[in-house]
Amino acid sequence: MKIGSAGTLTSNDALVTVREGVGISVSIESIVDAFFHDQIDWAVKGELARLNVRNIHVTVQDKGALDFTIRARVRTAIERMEG
Amino acid sequence: MNRNSLGREIPDGFYPYDGSEPAQARRPIAMKATPKAPIFLHTISDVFDALDVKDGMTFSFHHHLREGDKVLNLVMAQAAVYGLKDLTIAPSSIFPCHQPLVPLLDSGVVTGIVTNYMNGPVADAVTAGKLQKPAVMDTHGGRARAIESGDLPIDVAFLAVPRVDAFGNGTGRFGKSACGSLGYLDPDLHYAKKVVFVTDERVDELIKPDLDGRYVDYVVTIDSIGDRAGIVSGTTRITKEPVGLKIARDAAAVIDGVGLLKAGFSMQTGAGGTSLAVVADIRKLMIERGIRARFASGGITAQYVEMLEAGLVGALKDVQDFDLDAVESLSRNPKHEAITASQYGNPRYRPAPLVDDLDFVVLGATEIDLDFNVNVTTDSEGKIIGGSGGHADTAHGAKVCVVVTNLVKARLPIIMEKVTTVTTPGSDIDVLVTERGIAVHPRRTDLFDRLRGSGLHILPIRELMDLAHAITGIPVRPTQTGRIVALIRYRDGSIIDVVRTKRP
Repeated sequence: MKIGSAGTLTSNDALVTVREGVGISVSIESIVDAFFHDQIDWAVKGELARLNVRNIHVTVQDKGALDFTIRARVRTAIERMEG
Repeated sequence: MNRNSLGREIPDGFYPYDGSEPAQARRPIAMKATPKAPIFLHTISDVFDALDVKDGMTFSFHHHLREGDKVLNLVMAQAAVYGLKDLTIAPSSIFPCHQPLVPLLDSGVVTGIVTNYMNGPVADAVTAGKLQKPAVMDTHGGRARAIESGDLPIDVAFLAVPRVDAFGNGTGRFGKSACGSLGYLDPDLHYAKKVVFVTDERVDELIKPDLDGRYVDYVVTIDSIGDRAGIVSGTTRITKEPVGLKIARDAAAVIDGVGLLKAGFSMQTGAGGTSLAVVADIRKLMIERGIRARFASGGITAQYVEMLEAGLVGALKDVQDFDLDAVESLSRNPKHEAITASQYGNPRYRPAPLVDDLDFVVLGATEIDLDFNVNVTTDSEGKIIGGSGGHADTAHGAKVCVVVTNLVKARLPIIMEKVTTVTTPGSDIDVLVTERGIAVHPRRTDLFDRLRGSGLHILPIRELMDLAHAITGIPVRPTQTGRIVALIRYRDGSIIDVVRTKRP
């Protein structure tokens, strides 16, 4: 199975791990989950749509990253997965 | 349910907060003096045998050994062995080292807590609703008021004292567990029905004791009352973060800009990294201009000791020590004076508590709202992570109260419509300094006028909040709808807010 990851677990960053899947599934683990769960979900799905990726499983371990960081981590993780 | 003047729901039977001006005169109950010399014992168990301890009693403690304290755990372990139930404990603060208390909440040994600050496993257990009665969270000055007025009656005070003499006199300045000022235990010493000193160093006679043995019933000598290295909390270093340094520089510029840095001023700052950086900047300005401060107060750190010894500060008024340099200075420098909790912050202390004599104070905030109300008690999910300590006392007393905080911490905007929990009323907060701008309380037109030409970036607090939202997005703000787990008691005895569990 192809897998890719990007980011770190330091404060204000996120570690994003992607692997091939059927359809899109996103799991989020965040220190600000109570406040920003939906926004993190939208950021990930928005980036997937922009990259035209339709079959993937994304795991986000978030330490308070802003949306642009999350998007960048998703994109790089996918690029690494695709090698 | 009633609502207090800040619109917060307060349960029936409590006096709702109605403004920060304390209305009543000082009303101390009679002080107790023990006629005979104290009795010396060897174990906590001996003390329990000697005292007529019963279910439902209130035991008090102090927190001068901070994260190094062993006495609270030792005494409460004995209470559990004794099979006592339904006790209330009244420590001036609770730290992570007090984790062994958690099972005692579950088993009903402890059903009430009255404290000024709590952090760690005990705070988590209280938030989760494991304590039968709501905890009461006081300010440092408010705790002294509560004890002296009879609102917080104490059956037995178990007080860690680093050195005790044959007359029961004590001091915190010397001894293997020396922790410096013992300011917070003064009301307990004078007003508790029974007083037990717990020490790990006995001497024949103290030349200049801080604590009067005439109020002491029992002295118990054990191997160790604590680890004094635990006094130093993780935060007592000047920040190296550029954002924190920028905030500190601007806070010092605000204090200077409103004209407070003149000969004979007085100040207090917290021990957080940004507050320490503010002091470093103020110190530079003082040296440049040859200005000397009259006093600095509060939790004392090495930084203030250096300023005292360099002649920049005339005196240190010390209610607790945050590091070992401060502890040693207290026994070396005559101008480094220990003061009591009442002298420091009790709103009913006459002629006036020391906080009323402060020109400015620099404080932190976990949250601040559009009315400038500050929360340092819970996080934004309603979990108890701290408490006022001296926050509300100094904010009320000082002529100018400056709050320093990052605009955003780990994506969370610190400014919000309404804080999760009110610790300190916005009417006592004057200026908010963040890295992206400064907000002045609309009530302080005098400060606004003075800062107008200073070149500092001043804007309404709502615009600062909007700036934060533009960076982070607008967060969902969870509400807590469950039962009340803590009452936030303002320094005058009224209830300023409550903490609830997440769900009913």
